[in-house]
Amino acid sequence: MRKLHSFSGGIHPPEHKEQSTREPIAQASLASRLIVPLQQHMGAVGDPLVRKGQRVLKGQPLAAAAGAFSAATHAPTSGMVSALELHPAPHPSGLLALCAVIEPDGEDRWTEHSPLDWRNADPQATLARLRDGGVVGLGGAVFPTAVKARGNGRPVDTLIINGGECEPYITCDDMLMRERAPEISRGIEILQRLTGAREVVVGIEDNKPEAVAAMEAACGASAIPIQVEPVPTLYPAGGEKQLIKVITGREVPSRGLPAEVGVVCFNVATVYAVYRAVELGEPMVSRVVTVTGNVHAPRNFECLLGTPVGELAALAGPCVDTDGFIMGGPLMGFPLPSDAVPVVKATNCVIASSEALFPKPPPPMPCIRCGRCAEACPAGLQPMDLYWFAKAHNLAKAEEFSLFDCIECGCCDYVCPSHIPLVQYYKFAKGEIRTLAQEKETADRARRRHEFRQYRQDREKQERAARLASRAPGAKKAPATPEALAESQEAE
Amino acid sequence: MTLVAEQASVSRIMFQVLAALVPAVAVYVWYFGPVILVQLGLASAAALLSEAVMLRLRSYPVEPFLRDGSALVTAWLIALSFPPLAPWWLTVTATVFAIVVAKHLYGGLGNNLFNPAMVGYAVAIISFPLQMTRWSAPTALAAVPLGFAEQVAYVFGGGLPAGLGLDAVTLATPLDTLKTHLALGEAAGDIMKMPVFGFLGGEGGEILALAYIVGGIWLWRQRVITWHVPVMFIATVAVLAAAFHAANPAQYAGAPLHLAGGATMIGAFFILTDPVSSPTTPRGKLIYAGGAGFLTYVIRVWGGYPDGVAFATLLMNLAAPMIELHTQPRVYGQRDSGRSGGGKP
Ligand code: SF4
Ligand code: SF4
Repeated sequence: MRKLHSFSGGIHPPEHKEQSTREPIAQASLASRLIVPLQQHMGAVGDPLVRKGQRVLKGQPLAAAAGAFSAATHAPTSGMVSALELHPAPHPSGLLALCAVIEPDGEDRWTEHSPLDWRNADPQATLARLRDGGVVGLGGAVFPTAVKARGNGRPVDTLIINGGECEPYITCDDMLMRERAPEISRGIEILQRLTGAREVVVGIEDNKPEAVAAMEAACGASAIPIQVEPVPTLYPAGGEKQLIKVITGREVPSRGLPAEVGVVCFNVATVYAVYRAVELGEPMVSRVVTVTGNVHAPRNFECLLGTPVGELAALAGPCVDTDGFIMGGPLMGFPLPSDAVPVVKATNCVIASSEALFPKPPPPMPCIRCGRCAEACPAGLQPMDLYWFAKAHNLAKAEEFSLFDCIECGCCDYVCPSHIPLVQYYKFAKGEIRTLAQEKETADRARRRHEFRQYRQDREKQERAARLASRAPGAKKAPATPEALAESQEAE
Repeated sequence: MTLVAEQASVSRIMFQVLAALVPAVAVYVWYFGPVILVQLGLASAAALLSEAVMLRLRSYPVEPFLRDGSALVTAWLIALSFPPLAPWWLTVTATVFAIVVAKHLYGGLGNNLFNPAMVGYAVAIISFPLQMTRWSAPTALAAVPLGFAEQVAYVFGGGLPAGLGLDAVTLATPLDTLKTHLALGEAAGDIMKMPVFGFLGGEGGEILALAYIVGGIWLWRQRVITWHVPVMFIATVAVLAAAFHAANPAQYAGAPLHLAGGATMIGAFFILTDPVSSPTTPRGKLIYAGGAGFLTYVIRVWGGYPDGVAFATLLMNLAAPMIELHTQPRVYGQRDSGRSGGGKP
């Protein structure tokens, strides 16, 4: 037992997790068609490697990783690419994304697997395998795992495996740990080798005793020392920054990365994907998704990426009064614009909603400054002040008051007696600030270019005058000036 | 908006505050007679009516805002801090002023800089000092106890029963009595042997203080208020009173009178804890309550008014945004609170 620390704030929402943990993980049946967004990760996206009408095998790359900060995307089953088109992606705003639509041939035939002997392989080869195997953070941030496993170029002493899963309703990580702990522990060994961490800790909220027991058994049998640490159940203990604080007592610097304090953290589902990509040589084509809420038979499904949410949810039998689907949990998730959007790497949970399950909140009242939001905020912010600034469109103040340290966990919304949709205001303000920064950047570049052109024209005028003045027989041509060189670069 | 939320609402909070005041109201009725219920009714009706009119004028939806209960809280605090025999027009004027000026002209619920009830109280005591210091005597001490009907008649402008002067039915409050007699050169210890001082802080008053404490602790358990303001305010008043008393017992009353007498406890648990007009940060609350405790003591002992809670509250209300600005807690991942702005802009 190690000494645990605590983070400020946090809430205890009703868990609603028992419903979906009664049955083991089931294999979802093959959907009628799969819609695979080519970008399912943070970072650059490669050009499509397939054409419309092409036959593909399961695991065949649809888009390669583009550069170091990227990950590949693969065909989740064998079949034909019937279209490469824009399709609503699972995004709160119903954004369109370039997707490969695959008509399955029903054979589900794999490309050849090429397991990697990672213990003897060059770490670079293992990292390349993660990148090309499409492994990204499955806890929600979809950060390319290979980039993280390098510690973002910094030395790392502690590797934390996040089995927190603190949001209500979601149980996919819990079930994965219960059923596939040995595989997860193999994945942990791979990541320990890549990061070179001395200490490895698996943090699991103590409301999942079965998962803790299974992980303890598997990790006890591992070749490397792995501590399994039950942490107090308190939303958002599974947030990366909060879990790092609880386990190490260290705080990730504001707007910084965990590696800056010598920590790197992976979600258990990511670790499982690492194991499959490296030891089995299987690229990431499926994940475990919780289907719960207003359905008759809530449970977890191992589901091919690209499966339309409606088809996945149908397996759990949505009740008749279902009026929509939520992707993610009830605190950080968002309602889907339609049930045709596909399951992607970031999808951990699909909740069928109904008016009875999630009644519409009463209309918001003014903020009475009761301070409950500040008490609940795990980032130590004063949410009512941020709300005030965001509402008044005082973006500079909002930023000064650490708007960007907000992790959008929803604790403030949860406790607000005035029912103010606080996080919505923060997201909007963040978006505004980013847009403004981009516009400023573009404008600055244009201004610099303009100033430079002005300068160059003046300069040329002077030079011409000088040349005319000194026009004497035998005068040499002016040599290339540094400005001229800079200009040619600017023009690139 | 998150899809799940705690069972909480503004009206729930406000009605919890009202519920926490019920023990005090009961004690009031017991010791000073049921006329306080008439005052509560008057203030409530005036508050709801002026709230409705103001909401209408400012084109806000009347119904949800009337139901939030905040006007009732203001009304009750006014009624409870006024003398029970205050004439009806005084209670009504103060309440209307509190709601119309202190609340709505400052932007309505959540935006008022000052505690509306205390604005009402301050206006009343400045404009009508005489009426505001005529406290009805505890039933047990009155030379001639007034019946309920007679009390009501008096509140509504009827005179007193034939042959009775006002002095027969009213008494100055213990704090006021102390001040008057000290000015006459008597020693505090002797003054406090007078029956109006009761056991600790005034006949009836000390039980009333206890009732406010009981309600306040319940509010704290219900997470409506935090411990910071009551604890710090009570501690500051107690320490100051004890220190001066120790230095000169003849001139200064001890801590018990200052804690059990006057508006100390209603101030600590119900007035200074008003979320809107006080700082939200934990350190800010401590500074705010400490300052209010200091001012309360100073005004009581050296000021011209019988009690200091109302003016102390209003002065600290003014300082609250500034206090909040400089007491921002540390944000996760930041070295220090490092921010310069804050509070209500
Ligand atoms: S919880 Fe809501 S009402 Fe209370 S201070 Fe925060 S934003 Fe204001
Ligand atoms: S959403 Fe942001 S402001 Fe609200 S509690 Fe979470 S971190 Fe704090």
